[in-house]
Amino acid sequence: MIAIIDYGIGNLFSVVSSFKYIGAEAVVTSDPEAIKNADRILLPGVGAFEDAAKKLRETGLDKVILDEAKAGKPILGICLGMQMLFEKSYEYGEHKGLSLLKGSVVPMQGAIDEKLQIPHIGYNALIFKKSHPLLKYIKEGDFVYFVHSYYAVDCEDSLVAYAEYDKDITAIVAKDNVMGCQFHPEKSGEVGLNILRAFAEMEAIK
Amino acid sequence: MITKRIIPCLDVRNGRVVKGVNFEGINDVNDPAVLAKYYSENGADELVFYDITASHEERRLFTEILTKVAENVFIPLTVGGGINTIDDFDRVLKCGADKVSVNSGAIKNPNLITEAAKKYGNQCVVISADVKRVDGVFTVFSKGGRENTGMEAISWIKKCVELGAGEVVVNSIDTDGVKNGFDIELLKLVCEAVNVPVIASGGAGSTQDFVELFKEIPSVSAGLAASIFHFGEVKINELKKELINNGIKARI
Repeated sequence: MIAIIDYGIGNLFSVVSSFKYIGAEAVVTSDPEAIKNADRILLPGVGAFEDAAKKLRETGLDKVILDEAKAGKPILGICLGMQMLFEKSYEYGEHKGLSLLKGSVVPMQGAIDEKLQIPHIGYNALIFKKSHPLLKYIKEGDFVYFVHSYYAVDCEDSLVAYAEYDKDITAIVAKDNVMGCQFHPEKSGEVGLNILRAFAEMEAIK
Repeated sequence: MITKRIIPCLDVRNGRVVKGVNFEGINDVNDPAVLAKYYSENGADELVFYDITASHEERRLFTEILTKVAENVFIPLTVGGGINTIDDFDRVLKCGADKVSVNSGAIKNPNLITEAAKKYGNQCVVISADVKRVDGVFTVFSKGGRENTGMEAISWIKKCVELGAGEVVVNSIDTDGVKNGFDIELLKLVCEAVNVPVIASGGAGSTQDFVELFKEIPSVSAGLAASIFHFGEVKINELKKELINNGIKARI
């Protein structure tokens, strides 16, 4: 069972549908017990970092996620959900993240060629930095769908794959049982579904 | 680098795709769910659905169909047609749409763009503009191209982006249906005016028209078309191979 964390942020329709489509059992929940009983945790997220991080703290779900991460349960953050795994974000100020991964989230504005459009919207190719079980069913050069204006930096120790958009844009990160995708696997066609398949097969690290 | 996107557009009325479609191996060519799946498996990068119904009853049917599509198709879906209020945004997003395209609704009430962008993010709000030359001036038309608003198009589109639109669909009424190529002159002006993705619409008649579009305007993000895809005159996978042969990035 995968617990898709519901903390009042973003649209969960496609994430739920994609797990259903690949035959993985998943439930949308904000109940700490259900999250503790799940085999895997998916942290979704669309919107602003500050708002999302605040909602996680207010609901107390941040502590639940930290405990489960410590216990070795596979956790996958998507888009803003991935960004929140890092130490901090500089989206409109400076905000604390979950600090499960080393690194921070910074604006693309000012960091990349000003002629390029921001947000970074569209399909971009994955370039692999190191091997990881999440990549089991996909290959280097496969395209995934991005929609974002901020990206993770100083995260060399967890960097699994990146995409080129003037700079190397962090795409997949993983450290032990804690993983994240900047792009939307639920919107990346068969490639994205294959990433979710690999995640749905992962076992806890004891 | 990101690839150029190829986007088929489906007009839906009374739960069925209108204009008909002609594909080998598909029996029910007017079923939006069947077609959406076909397109997503054959190279479409996104899909746009236009709800061209009028009644509430048919609108309810549209959202049911949209739900069915979104449960089985995992590429970005944009929905347009009859979007006039935040409740309309809410209605289609709950059914699995990723982006919502506004046209006449934004002309009537430009604040709708800002309101929606604040609630759902800029990436969710697509401004769609129907543009026609009137006495040599690019002019915005509303109500499906029937009504001249008197507004100059480039400044209107710029304003929409300032209000929070995250993407622009430019549909040239002058080239639409002519199948003689996109409106390069108009699209160039829009691409120079805004720094959000611009989707070209209206006029595609062949693979070569897409090659010309992306070569003439490297900053344009996507090409949208309907009948040439529906009737199989252009196959998306073959079109993308041709783009790549011409040094244009495409997802295969």
